[in-house]
Amino acid sequence: MQNTTLILLLGAMAVVAFYFGRSRSLALVGGASKSAALHSLPGYYGYFTVVWCLLPALALMLLWLLFEPRLVVAFVVSGLPDAERQMTGGELNLLVNNIQNLASGDAVSGEVDSVLRAAADRYNEISQWSRRLLAVLVLGIAGLGATYAWRRIQPDLRARNRVEQVILYLLVAASSIAILTTVGIVLSVLFEAIRFFQKVPLTEFLFGLNWSPQTAIRADQVGSSGSFGAVPLFTGTLLITAIAMSVAVPIGLMTAIYLAEYSSARMRAIAKPLLEILAGIPTVVYGFFAALTVAPWVRRAGEGLGFEVASESALAAGLVMGIMIIPLVSSLADDAIHAVPSAMRDGALGLGSTRSETMTKVILPAALPGIVGGVLLAVSRAIGETMIVVMAAGLAANLTANPFEAVTTVTVQIVTLLVGDQEFDSAKTLAAFALGLMLFLVTLCLNILGLRFVRKYREQYD
Amino acid sequence: MTMAAMSELDVNKEPPVSPAPVEEPVDTTRKPDARSPHRPVSGQLTELLDETVGNVHCDDPFMTARDVNVYYGDNHAIRNVNLEIGKKEVIALIGPSGCGKSTFLRCLNRMNDSIDTARVTGDIRLDGMDIYSKELDPVALRARVGMVFQKANPFPKSIYDNVAYGPRIHGLAADRAELDNIVHTSLERAGLLQEVKDRLDEPGTGLSGGQQQRLCIARTIAVNPEVILMDEPCSALDPIATARIEDLMDELSEDYAIVIVTHSMQQAARVSKRVAYFHLGLLVEVDETDRIFTNPQHKLTEDYITGRIG
Repeated sequence: MQNTTLILLLGAMAVVAFYFGRSRSLALVGGASKSAALHSLPGYYGYFTVVWCLLPALALMLLWLLFEPRLVVAFVVSGLPDAERQMTGGELNLLVNNIQNLASGDAVSGEVDSVLRAAADRYNEISQWSRRLLAVLVLGIAGLGATYAWRRIQPDLRARNRVEQVILYLLVAASSIAILTTVGIVLSVLFEAIRFFQKVPLTEFLFGLNWSPQTAIRADQVGSSGSFGAVPLFTGTLLITAIAMSVAVPIGLMTAIYLAEYSSARMRAIAKPLLEILAGIPTVVYGFFAALTVAPWVRRAGEGLGFEVASESALAAGLVMGIMIIPLVSSLADDAIHAVPSAMRDGALGLGSTRSETMTKVILPAALPGIVGGVLLAVSRAIGETMIVVMAAGLAANLTANPFEAVTTVTVQIVTLLVGDQEFDSAKTLAAFALGLMLFLVTLCLNILGLRFVRKYREQYD
Repeated sequence: MTMAAMSELDVNKEPPVSPAPVEEPVDTTRKPDARSPHRPVSGQLTELLDETVGNVHCDDPFMTARDVNVYYGDNHAIRNVNLEIGKKEVIALIGPSGCGKSTFLRCLNRMNDSIDTARVTGDIRLDGMDIYSKELDPVALRARVGMVFQKANPFPKSIYDNVAYGPRIHGLAADRAELDNIVHTSLERAGLLQEVKDRLDEPGTGLSGGQQQRLCIARTIAVNPEVILMDEPCSALDPIATARIEDLMDELSEDYAIVIVTHSMQQAARVSKRVAYFHLGLLVEVDETDRIFTNPQHKLTEDYITGRIG
C-alpha cells in the first residue's frame, strides 16, 4: 500500500474517531441539552479520541519508515550466497545499490546474473511485505488507540486538559526543530573543522600570516607551513566591515533620528517604505552594483587624487555593503528611539530644550543600548555578508589596512574553496569548514554581546 | 454574565445608579435629582455656561488667558476659557477626566505644539507678553513656565545631571562651582538634598517614586522659572510622598505661580488659593478655594465636589 493512501486512511479514521468520541460523551450524559454535566465541551472528547487514534499510529509509521530500508537490505544480504556475503564493505555497498536499482527498474552497472536477479526479486518481495505489514499495524494501532480512548470517555474525564497538554507538546516539538537544526549545523561544521585541524595545526590556522590554500593540495607540499594562516582573511573581513559600518552607522542613525523625530507624517510614509525597498534588494544585485559601478568609480576617483587603487578595492566593497546595511541600522535605531518613553521627550521639552537638545542629550542616551545592540547585529551581518564581497572584493589575501588595496574575506574564501568539484578530504576543502566555524563563533559572540548590552541597560527606562 | 445574575437584574425594576462616565454629557445631566427638577440637559449646557461663574480675575495677574479655544482635529477640547493666574499663588484646576484641564495647562507653556493636530486660538499672556505670537520662541517660554508631569520622568542620567540638565542647556552657570551651587539649591528647595546628597552620581531612575517626582521638581526649579505647571503630580504617589510634595508646593508658592491639575479635591483644598472647575471643555466656575468648597455657585461644581459626578 502506498504511504499516501495510508495517510489518507488514517485521516479518515481520525474523522470517524472524532465523531464517535464526541457522540459518546454526549450519549453518556444523555444528549446535547445536558452537556453541562461533562467536564469539557463535547468536541474535546472528540479530539481526545483523535489524539489517541493518530499519535501512536503516526509514531509507529515514522519509526518504521526510518528503519525499514536498512532492515530490508539486511534481510536481502543475509539471503545472498556465501561468496557475496564475504565481500568487503565497499563491494557490498555497490552490490546492494545494483540490487536496489534492478528492483526499481533503473540502470545497473555490470552484468545481471541470476544471483542479482534473485536478490532483486527478494528485495521487492520483502519491501512489499514490509509495506503491507506497516499498513496493517498502523491501521490496527489507530483503531486500538481510538477504541481505548473511546472506552475511557467518562463525564468527569478531563479531556480538555489532556488535549491541551498534547498541543503543548506539539508546540515544544515545533520550536525545538529550529534549535535542533542550529545544533546540527554547528556539529556538522565542527566535525569537518576537527578533521581540518588534524591536518593543519590550530595555531597555524589562528596565527599564520599567509593564506594560500592552493599550494597545499599537492601531495608533495602537504604540511608546507604558512599556507593556512587565516589572519589575512580576518583582517580583510574586519577592514571591509569597518568601512561598511563607517558608512552605515552614521547614515542609518541620522536617517532614524530624522524619521523618528523630525519628519512629517507624510515624509515618513514615503521614506520608510523606500528604505524597506533598499533592504529588499538581493545582495547579488548590490554585488554587481559594487563591481561594475562603484569599484571603477572609486578607482578613477582615487587615481584623480593620486592614490593607487586596485580595481577590486576593499573600499568599493565596503561602501556598497555599508549602503546595504543602512536600512538595518536605521530600522533598529528607529525602534530604539521609539521605545524611549514620550515622558522623557515631554520632560526635556518642558524644561525648555530645543528639539535637537532633547534628541542629543536625552533621547539618544536613553536609546543608546538599543542602538548599540542594533549596530552589533549589523556588524555580524556585515561579517557574514558574502555575495557583495564575492563579486566586488578580490581573492588576494593581502595583509593590509589600506582600503585602496584588494583584500579578501572569510566568506569569499569559503565560497572559492567549495565551488566546483572538490575532494572532501583535502585540507583545502576542509579549511572552508574551519573558516565557517570561526565565522560562526565570531558572529555568535557579537550577537550575544549585542543582546547582553541591550538587556543590561533596558530595564533602566521602563 | 451568568443566568442567575441576569434574572436578578430583571427583578430589580430600577437598575442601580452607578457613577456614569463623565465623558458622556447625557448621563451627567439626565440623572434624576429630586432637589433640582429643572437640571440643564446636554444641549443647553453650552448656552448656560456662556459666563464662567465666580471670579476669573485676581489681584495681581501674571498669566492671563482670554477666549482660549483648543481643537484636536475636529474635537473642540476647550471652549472660550478666560482665566487669570496670580503671581505667587497656587491655583488648582479640577474636573472630571477629559474635561480639558490638562489641555488648558499644556496651553500655558505651549506643550500642545508637539501635537500636530492641536490648534489653539485666543490670547494667552505671560506678564503681558503674548505667548502665542509669532516672534515668541516656545523654547524660551518653557524655560519661564516649567512643567512637572503626572508620571515622574527623570532622565536616564545621574541625579546631579538630571538637575544640571536645564541650567546647562540654558547656560545658567558660568563654571562648575556655580552649577554645583544651582544643583544643591534646587535639590534643597525640592526637599531632596538630605536624602540624595551622598549619591548624586547614582541614576535618578533608581530613586523611589516620590523622590523621583521631587527630583523632577528640583529639575524644574533649577531653570528658575516664573510659573510651574503641575499635571497631577501626586497621582502615582502614596499619601506620605504626596504630603511631602504638597508641603513643597506650599513653600514654592512663595516664589512661583503654581498651576496644578488634580483629581483629588482634598489636595486642591489643601494646597490651592483658588480653584477652577472645568467641565466638558468649559470653565464652569473659578473662585477662592474656601468659597468653592463651602459655597459653590454652579450646580455642576456642587455636584462634582460633593461626589455626585466624576
